[in-house]
Amino acid sequence: MSDLLKRRFREQIKIMFGWEPSKPEKISERAQEVHVLKRMTNKQDLQAAKAHQRAHQETSNKWRNRRWATLIFANLLFTLSFALDIQILEGALTASRFVGFHLIDLNSALQVMLAHKHIINNLLIGTGTVLVLWVLLGGRTFCSWVCPYHLLAEWAEKIHLFLARKKLVTDQTMDRRLRTVFWIVFALLALLTGYTVYEAISPTGIVSRALIYGPGLAMLWVLALLFFEVFFSRRAWCRYACPIGLTYGVVGIISPVRIKYKLDGCFHEGDCRKVCLVPHVLDTVIKGRAVEPEVPIGPDCTRCGLCVDTCPTGSLSFEIKGLQKLL
Amino acid sequence: MSAPEDGDRKPAADTKPAVSIARKQTNRRRVLRTILLTGGVLGAATSGFLPLIYSKKQRLRPPGALDEKDFLASCIKCGQCVQVCPVQAIKLADLVDGMGVGVPMIDAREQACDFSCDAVQCILACPTGSLTYHKPEFLPVRSGAQLSAKPILLAKEKDAEPTLNLNERMGVARLVRPEACLAIQGKGFKGQTRGPGFKGKLRYMDVDRWKPIKIADHPYDIGECDLCVRECPIKGAISIETVFAPDGSQRKSPVVHEPCVGCGVCEMVCPVEPTAISIEAREVWKV
Repeated sequence: MSDLLKRRFREQIKIMFGWEPSKPEKISERAQEVHVLKRMTNKQDLQAAKAHQRAHQETSNKWRNRRWATLIFANLLFTLSFALDIQILEGALTASRFVGFHLIDLNSALQVMLAHKHIINNLLIGTGTVLVLWVLLGGRTFCSWVCPYHLLAEWAEKIHLFLARKKLVTDQTMDRRLRTVFWIVFALLALLTGYTVYEAISPTGIVSRALIYGPGLAMLWVLALLFFEVFFSRRAWCRYACPIGLTYGVVGIISPVRIKYKLDGCFHEGDCRKVCLVPHVLDTVIKGRAVEPEVPIGPDCTRCGLCVDTCPTGSLSFEIKGLQKLL
Repeated sequence: MSAPEDGDRKPAADTKPAVSIARKQTNRRRVLRTILLTGGVLGAATSGFLPLIYSKKQRLRPPGALDEKDFLASCIKCGQCVQVCPVQAIKLADLVDGMGVGVPMIDAREQACDFSCDAVQCILACPTGSLTYHKPEFLPVRSGAQLSAKPILLAKEKDAEPTLNLNERMGVARLVRPEACLAIQGKGFKGQTRGPGFKGKLRYMDVDRWKPIKIADHPYDIGECDLCVRECPIKGAISIETVFAPDGSQRKSPVVHEPCVGCGVCEMVCPVEPTAISIEAREVWKV
């Protein structure tokens, strides 16, 4: 990894904690060459190339469909395991047993450890297994591929965007550092009060339990969040509040599964940033910002693949670091 | 990075571009909104404390549960205990239960724990030790919560290992409405206790050891009501004794003994409405 990418790697971690991305101070020679060449391209030629690319673009929902199928399958497996008593995946997303193996959600485990201050073996085993799993699979991959609230929020987002197009609502953005604040506040609350305070309002836990054990009044809180996201602030919970996202984001720092950006084919039209839950991770696609011809996307990325689906030039793709070397 | 390159970097303070008034206003609104969301979420989160402050009502927790405070701290709200219970005695608490959202509890009148799993499977299923066979040493045992001996499960009294792996009681049964008790009145009971629509299940050893059936499918015809004693799954926990009434006359009455674990079967099967005997959750044995 070049020094430039190392610096970017560190900066991406800061960005995950809420800092705003900034213009890179230095760009590699190879990348600079591409940037310059792009500027030199005759405008008519560029327009023609864009039009050509657009004409041949296939609208694809490949990754979204795969992801929705996975998410629904995972949650359905929980529900069916209990409803039909097939005992494949028992429990809820906070903690479960997959054919006997303990699996425990990292953020829930953290809350319980901080509140209870006593860790039993099963808790440790389950947390360890899940940690290894999500390090391998990409950290926040949990958010977009498993979390049932994510799917509800994605549908709410569609309503929000529809209303926004009709000029009935506008997206009220907030300060992303809020999520880090929440993470610390909830960790401290668990530690000091001895109650798993966050678990009482976690929409992930509430929706997961509602799907398995039937909905309760707690779903009202989830509906309130969705209402807020539809009418006031796009994807507010996932973007500015959810500490689970940050926990898995930290796990994803060292994950080999990620999205890779290739500079040369990109027209810098920004379609990817429009569909992205966390557009700050895609700052590198802005004209003149890529520090290398190929740039991996940072850990706050949920690996949802919407940008891969939407990119007309194939400049964004899934990558498994080191796989090329292995094969 | 080498030093000269660092020198090329402009100091951050100088690079800040001039900000337009409109932009400033937008930024200010954004800060306000952020504060609003912070307040909203934290308000919702801390509202979980309210029911804790208001509610003195003790909920019956599954067997092997830690003391309430430790129980709420350690429960990860996954419901695996719910899933393994053969009679579906365990339910998860809802929003109104504050910090207890998603925490298991038992409504003994609706469906008591009758230990028809034989092994206290909910404890086995618990991934965090909220329900536990062996309390960690640093957690104290309340005096009177400790059972003097491992309870003997009548259903497996003839097995090599007749006891339940349970050290502390869930609560204690208490005759709360003696005036309503059929045994005290010397009355019998005929028919379905709790009526034909009641969904509660119980294991009847003479029917099927491994398959609990609906109480409604098991009608009774008893000369003198002793349902609480007859269906109690624990050996020596309750019996019908001859006692002296306040007026000096002798009468029969159910009497709860020390081995009572507080499972709630007596409360579930009691035929009078509301129940004459009920579990006082987390109550300890007082001599």
